[in-house]
Formats: sequence, C-alpha cells, structure tokens
Amino acid sequence: MDKKKQIKDWPRHLIQAGWAALTNSHVSGFITGKIYTGKLKNVCVPGLNCYSCPGATGACPIGSLQAVIGSWNFKFAYYVIGFLIFVGALLGRLVCGFLCPFGLIQDLLHKIPFFKKIRTFRGDKLLRKLKYVIFLVFVILLPLFLTDVMGQGAPYFCKLICPAGTLEGGLPLVLLNKGMRSAIGWLYLWKNTILLVTVLLSILIYRPFCKYLCPLGAFYSVFNKVSVFRYRIDTEKCVHCGKCASACQMGVNPVETPNSSECIRCGRCRQACPKDAISCGFCNKKK
Amino acid sequence: MKKILDTRWPGLALAAAGILMMAYGIFRGEMSVVLTKAINICMECVGIG
Repeated sequence: MDKKKQIKDWPRHLIQAGWAALTNSHVSGFITGKIYTGKLKNVCVPGLNCYSCPGATGACPIGSLQAVIGSWNFKFAYYVIGFLIFVGALLGRLVCGFLCPFGLIQDLLHKIPFFKKIRTFRGDKLLRKLKYVIFLVFVILLPLFLTDVMGQGAPYFCKLICPAGTLEGGLPLVLLNKGMRSAIGWLYLWKNTILLVTVLLSILIYRPFCKYLCPLGAFYSVFNKVSVFRYRIDTEKCVHCGKCASACQMGVNPVETPNSSECIRCGRCRQACPKDAISCGFCNKKK
Repeated sequence: MKKILDTRWPGLALAAAGILMMAYGIFRGEMSVVLTKAINICMECVGIG
C-alpha cells in the first residue's frame, strides 16, 4: 500500500536559518552600523550573502569574483572561481536549497498566503536562461572590460541588480548611518525598486530571483549533473505517479531529470514519493 | 561517457581542480583583494556608489 507522506519544510528552514545566523554572527554590527573587518572575510561563503551586511563574517563569492577580475592587477579570479568549482562539484545547487540566506528569505516570503500562486507561465523556461546571461555580462564581461582609467572595473551585478545587497547591506546601513542617508540617490532608489519587485514576486512565484536572475545559482547549476552529492531514481520502485513533480516548486520532474540544473535539492520530491524511489547522498550507488 | 558521468569521479576531479585553483589564487595574492573589498563598505552593493 502506498504511504501517504506529508512534506515538511521546517527542518530545511532550520538549517538555512542556522547557517544564515552563523555567517551573519557579527551581531554588534546591527547596532553600531559598522561591518565586520576581521580576517574571516578572507574566506568566501557558499551562498549569496552581501559582505556589506553589518552581520556578515564572510565574503560574498559573486562580489569577490567581480572585485578580483575588476582589479587592475588580476584579470582572472583563481581563488574565487576555484572555490565555486570546489563547492559546486561537491554540492551543486544544494547550496541554493540549504546555504543561501537570500534563498531562505524567498522561501519564507512564498509562505505568505495569496489567492493565486503562479507555478509556471508562458516564457518561464526561456526566462530561466537569463541568469546565465547575467552571470556572463554583469559578473564577468562588464567588470573585466568596462574599466576606468586605472583599469579597474566596478562590480556591475552588485551595483545594478543584486537585491540581496540592498536588503542585507543597503537598508540596515542606511538606517544606521546618518552620513549614508544623506548620500542616497537614484541608484539606491533603483536597487530598492528591484528589491521590492523581488519581494512581491516571491509571494506569487517560488524563488523568482533564484530561477531567473541569480548568477551564483547559474554557476552552481552547471555542476548539478556531475556533483558528488546527487539524486537518484530507483526505476524499479517508481510507479510514475507524478507526486514528486507536483511537489517540486522549481518546476522539475525528478523522474525525467533527477539532477536537473534547476533543482535546488530541497528534498520535497523525496518526501513526496510514496514508494521511496528517490534517494540522495554523496555515495549512493545506482540500485 | 554517460557511465563515467554517473559515477562520483567527475565531481571529485572537479573538486580537486577547484582546490588547486584556490591554492594558486591564494599563492598569487588574490585573497588580499577579496579581504580589502569585504572589510570596507561596498558602496555599489548597498546602492550608493
């Protein structure tokens, strides 16, 4: 007899919250309005976590990548790209599902009730390619080639798009610093508009930023098919009931593509499967 | 090819390559660029610069 399973998201949210608290543990920064300046900031965190967040104790990998390739003396970021390859090759987009504070915020926003939630729409698939374009153009090409007289490029993704930076860094720092309040202009307004749209869309659509815009998710997605941690389907147990696909909020059909580049490895499909046909792990053998 | 991709070896090989790249990046001083950027308020990130 089929087991009827209830999907529980809260254990994952606990891990996400614990990780977000750990990587933003400079609590005094939220009172003084000053960011952490210790040596830990040499090290990148795996998720999208602005290093200008008053609580941040690590460096944002996307910000760091732009900083290194936009600097006058380095045009390739071995350290940051090596870190991203290392994390991606081990975990793939498990990072998006478990270790990204901005992912947690979107997860929680999507829990706000609304009379009509949008699962998919016309052009959804095509729009998901946009994150790769953003990675290539705003994270790599513009910081590399659109430089000032010193040969330094700005972090264009952070400057023009990143709503995580506005939420985690922009809002608290501007609220806590009088000097910064007097310096705000059109760019601050633009970035807050992007943040507001992201927040509102997150209520309607599950993780819109991760699906369509996030360059970090785009990078990790390339590794989903080859990462050490991965999902497997036991084809002998699977009865093609479709419960896994309807449980997936990223629009993936795990039976067809258990390691789809869109999968954030949240584990909802595993929980929904009445036959325990979906497994995941670092060294699970094909059954 | 599909058989190789089904094993965990490609992931482990890429992870090892990632470690080597990180080590080379640290060796040539990229970490100081990351640190300098991360310990100063990034005006672009917060929407002011």
